[in-house]
Amino acid sequence: MSQPLINWFKFASPASFYPLAGKLWPWFAALATAFAAAGLWISFFVAPTDFQQGEGYRIIFIHVPASWMSMFIYCVMAFWSAIGIGFNTRLSGMMSSALAPTGALFAFLSLWTGALWGKPMWGAWWVWDARLTSELILLFLYLGYIALTAAIDDPRRADKAGAIVSLVGVINVPIIYFSVKWWNTLHQGASVSMTKAPTMAATMLWGMLLMALAFWMYSIAVALYRVRAIILERERHATWVAELPEMQR
Amino acid sequence: MNWGSASEFFAMGGYGFYVWGSFGVTAAALLIETLLVRKRLGDTRRLLRRELAADRESQD
Repeated sequence: MSQPLINWFKFASPASFYPLAGKLWPWFAALATAFAAAGLWISFFVAPTDFQQGEGYRIIFIHVPASWMSMFIYCVMAFWSAIGIGFNTRLSGMMSSALAPTGALFAFLSLWTGALWGKPMWGAWWVWDARLTSELILLFLYLGYIALTAAIDDPRRADKAGAIVSLVGVINVPIIYFSVKWWNTLHQGASVSMTKAPTMAATMLWGMLLMALAFWMYSIAVALYRVRAIILERERHATWVAELPEMQR
Repeated sequence: MNWGSASEFFAMGGYGFYVWGSFGVTAAALLIETLLVRKRLGDTRRLLRRELAADRESQD
């Protein structure tokens, strides 16, 4: 057996992940700030006015990245849930719980910015269209996960229950993604696809990608920060917590 | 450059309410989440420090 370069299982222990997360989050926060600055600059000063929607289309620069993040974070939660069920690692449940509020926030922002975009362009804040409805279900799945795990006192059992919700709910993510193809929706089709050239100007695409990177780095930073709080809350009686430098008077 | 003046920038071609409503709420939400998560870790640390101090005192 060859020796692996990094012993991943070492970081699966909350005691070693707590300081690691503490070292990592400032880097992700710095990256998020840099990407957001570049993305906002392109969104407002470089990307040209849209010939159909005027300046109103600029909502796309947060609407699409927020929607992507809401779906992506749910997939990451489902991934950690699967790891938690498969390997029975304590950290996985903590990672899922650390991600859920941020995912819920992005699902909310996706709906909020969508409403503010829908009103001037479609004439309605909300329609019961397949894309909008499935995104609303995603928000409810996040809220359901949070409520369920908060309602169970034993954290290990809460993790198990939450893991089942996130694994069952992950079916909704491809439904959101393909909803514009499967059903006749008011919502427009995908602006960016893996297989076709994007149907938008290159500067618009760059603005969206930079904002998506900013949200992505933000989510990692805030989840790492939150997981530290969760680790301390759950491991409060462990010796390593009592020995932490910040626990000394 | 798309804007002739600051007021043109804020008007967003008549879509000011929708554009700033989107960007403003997003910025506020991310800021509030950051503050809440900082508070959560700070509160937890403070509580644990107090518990540990109480433990040490009861042992002395």
